Amino acid sequence: MLQFFLKRLMALVLTLVVASGVIFLCLEIVPGDPALYMLGLNAQEDTLAALRAELGLDMGPLARYWAWVSGMVVGDFGISYTYRTPVAEMVAERLKVSLPLAVYALTLSTAIAFPAGIWAASRRGRGADIAVMGVTQLGVAIPNFWFAMLMVLVFAIQLRWFNAGGFAGWEAGVGPALKSLTLPAIALALPQASILARVMRSALLESLNEDYVRTARAKGLSRGQALWRHALRNALIPVLTIIGLQFAFLMAGAIIIENVFYLPGLGRLVFQAISARDLIVVESVVMLLVFAVVVVNFLVDIAYALVDPRLRGQV
Amino acid sequence: MSLLQIDKLSLAIGGVQILHDVSLRLEAGQILGVIGESGSGKSMTAFAVTQLLPVGATCRGRVLLQGQDVLAQTEAQMCQLRGRVVSMVFQEPMTALNPLHPIGQQVAETIMVHENISRSAAMARAAQALTRAELPPERFPMGRYPHELSGGQRQRVVIAMAIALRPSLLIADEPTTALDVTTQAEILALLRRLVQEDGMGLMLISHDLAVVADMADQIVIMRQGEVVEQGPAAQLFSGLRHPYSQALLAASGHVPARPHRGQLGAPLLEVQRATRRYAGPRRGLWGRAPGFEAVRDVSFCLRRGESLGLVGESGCGKSTLTRAILGLDALQSGSIAFDGQPVWAGGSPARAVRRRMQVVFQDPYGSFNPRWKVARLVAEPFHLLDQPPTGAARRAAVNEALHSVGLTAADGDKYIHEFSGGQRQRIAIARALIIKPDLIILDEAVSALDVSVRAQVLDLLADLSGRFGLSYLFISHDLGVVRAITDRVLVMRAGQIIEEGPTEQVFASPTHPYTKELIAAAPVLPAYAKEIAQ
Repeated sequence: MLQFFLKRLMALVLTLVVASGVIFLCLEIVPGDPALYMLGLNAQEDTLAALRAELGLDMGPLARYWAWVSGMVVGDFGISYTYRTPVAEMVAERLKVSLPLAVYALTLSTAIAFPAGIWAASRRGRGADIAVMGVTQLGVAIPNFWFAMLMVLVFAIQLRWFNAGGFAGWEAGVGPALKSLTLPAIALALPQASILARVMRSALLESLNEDYVRTARAKGLSRGQALWRHALRNALIPVLTIIGLQFAFLMAGAIIIENVFYLPGLGRLVFQAISARDLIVVESVVMLLVFAVVVVNFLVDIAYALVDPRLRGQV
Repeated sequence: MSLLQIDKLSLAIGGVQILHDVSLRLEAGQILGVIGESGSGKSMTAFAVTQLLPVGATCRGRVLLQGQDVLAQTEAQMCQLRGRVVSMVFQEPMTALNPLHPIGQQVAETIMVHENISRSAAMARAAQALTRAELPPERFPMGRYPHELSGGQRQRVVIAMAIALRPSLLIADEPTTALDVTTQAEILALLRRLVQEDGMGLMLISHDLAVVADMADQIVIMRQGEVVEQGPAAQLFSGLRHPYSQALLAASGHVPARPHRGQLGAPLLEVQRATRRYAGPRRGLWGRAPGFEAVRDVSFCLRRGESLGLVGESGCGKSTLTRAILGLDALQSGSIAFDGQPVWAGGSPARAVRRRMQVVFQDPYGSFNPRWKVARLVAEPFHLLDQPPTGAARRAAVNEALHSVGLTAADGDKYIHEFSGGQRQRIAIARALIIKPDLIILDEAVSALDVSVRAQVLDLLADLSGRFGLSYLFISHDLGVVRAITDRVLVMRAGQIIEEGPTEQVFASPTHPYTKELIAAAPVLPAYAKEIAQ
């Protein structure tokens, strides 16, 4: 198990190194000069040169890559070209919204999907199953921003339970902050929960058909006991895979929902940075997202091994 | 009062009648052998006793277990009976255990479901059950997972689970079909011992007459959901009345009439000191565990027109050797030549050689693409030819191949799911025949077939070898079949050939201790039954 852990950890570091190289290269070949963009078209040549030197743009690509990566390791993400503030501060500010939002949405989605999937699988072909399958079909089909607007209309404008948008900030206390994240989290969670419930159902149905479930029944376990004790854990592997993918998506893919609810999250930051050609911010945020994805995958791998003893000996 | 008494049991699943008026009895301390081919309803009879039937099944009749009618029990009452009064052992030990739980816990679960005892007390009793199933925890710690055990060992865990609470009735559904002969003999001996020790009744379900004949006190023969014949084992075999039972007995000992050939031809396949080594699993970052020699220094020669048998238990290297002969894998040392030409030349298999040998695999269900029509499946080996026939010539060749295996040209337009297992194996043989090879490798080609179908396919193979002058390399774990169809036999163990010689000679007077063990372990029909069969 320790060896498995160490090997996955090495794979994680290697992935980060390769990813950082690819991100840097991609942004290198994107046309456009940040210095020119910042100073406008009428800038003087010597002013431009001075700004380039200040931003470190006059160094060779390798030197700039090294400066970027070595800075990141110690938490120095550089200075934003547009706002002239440390990128690390900007990102940290946005993370305070995006990370809780992703975790909130994922928790909701799991909390909805597990019972729904298990319920549907244990009543295959009956009313409950048909209902769950129908509702989740709808959940997958409806775009989350449309659902978000619907919720704003009902819960914010009509019922006035929530604010229509904006983030209260953590300074105001956990309660108000969570409250302002609730509608966005639900909007994000519903399609994810629909997918996850369907995966849970089909994985569970498959493992309920396995021979060991029949063996368990022959021992005297009831249908429900066989499901909870034997089928469920065997069905977790595909479910964990989907949870890992969903978390990665929620971190980066919340941009539309952030816009609908006017939340200062990472998605909006990276969108603004791209429009302003603030390459250092784009690089840093993308790298951060890659880091999050890789770490989540690492955790999913560890979870696989915890669930399935057959994987512990392998790499 | 009988331990188990089934009266006029009828079973329908979704409107399809599966069992018709099945009646049988089993006394405590006795073994009831239930024999039948696939689809005979023998497993469904067993599931009716435990009420573990598929969704939509409805039963009529009476199933009395210790005088109680199980058909009248509620599901909750059945849960009380299962595992405590009636237990089951299944065919597939590889999948019958939960891969995520240690074996000790799985055995202890049987006890904890039925008795209100502590976990540690249950584990102690699980240890006893495992010891009784000859898997003592001193040698096989209870913390092991199923994937760390062999098939035979897993079957012992399943048996330990089934007998942990000393049930009155044990139902074993093809318990040894997936196991090697020597393991099969051990498991059967274990079951017999447990029956004697506990005085329980055993319902032993099998397609193999020999397995049941050896063990059972009473025998029931089933076909298409009906009992065709039943009675005490000794009397039943001497006086089989129903034509189906007689045909079944005849088929199980069937020896196809093979054309006699005086002089054998020139060497066709020459294997010289072949060694195939697999790299070990990775250890640490760069290191590897020592490799494993699946085939070690194997030499033999197959002559034109000869039928050569290769027997051995699972893991002995039969399949690895087959792959090497077919040019699917390269050897690490040694050589394989077909009619004087190397099979593996210049880093890839030689097409000129490959088109002269074909293979038929075991699984008549998995070895065809379900989305292709039969004509396309049969014509597939044409890709080995430089100028394959097209159009009408191609279709004519397909029809000829189908005809020679007893199918019609019209069958070429059907899909594979429209055929039975035996017909599929005929199609596999037609596919092998179509490019008129010299050698056909039959890799457990009849192992998955029912005995009567197997007899037909063996006859077909004998007939084809006479008509087309084919040579066969017949690979099987089934000694009876190898004895019936081969001239010469090789016995393989742990990657090496340990004995070879004319088939009759090897079977009648084996010299190597392992061959002796193998032949002794193979279940055989009692002498009187064999006489009737012939």
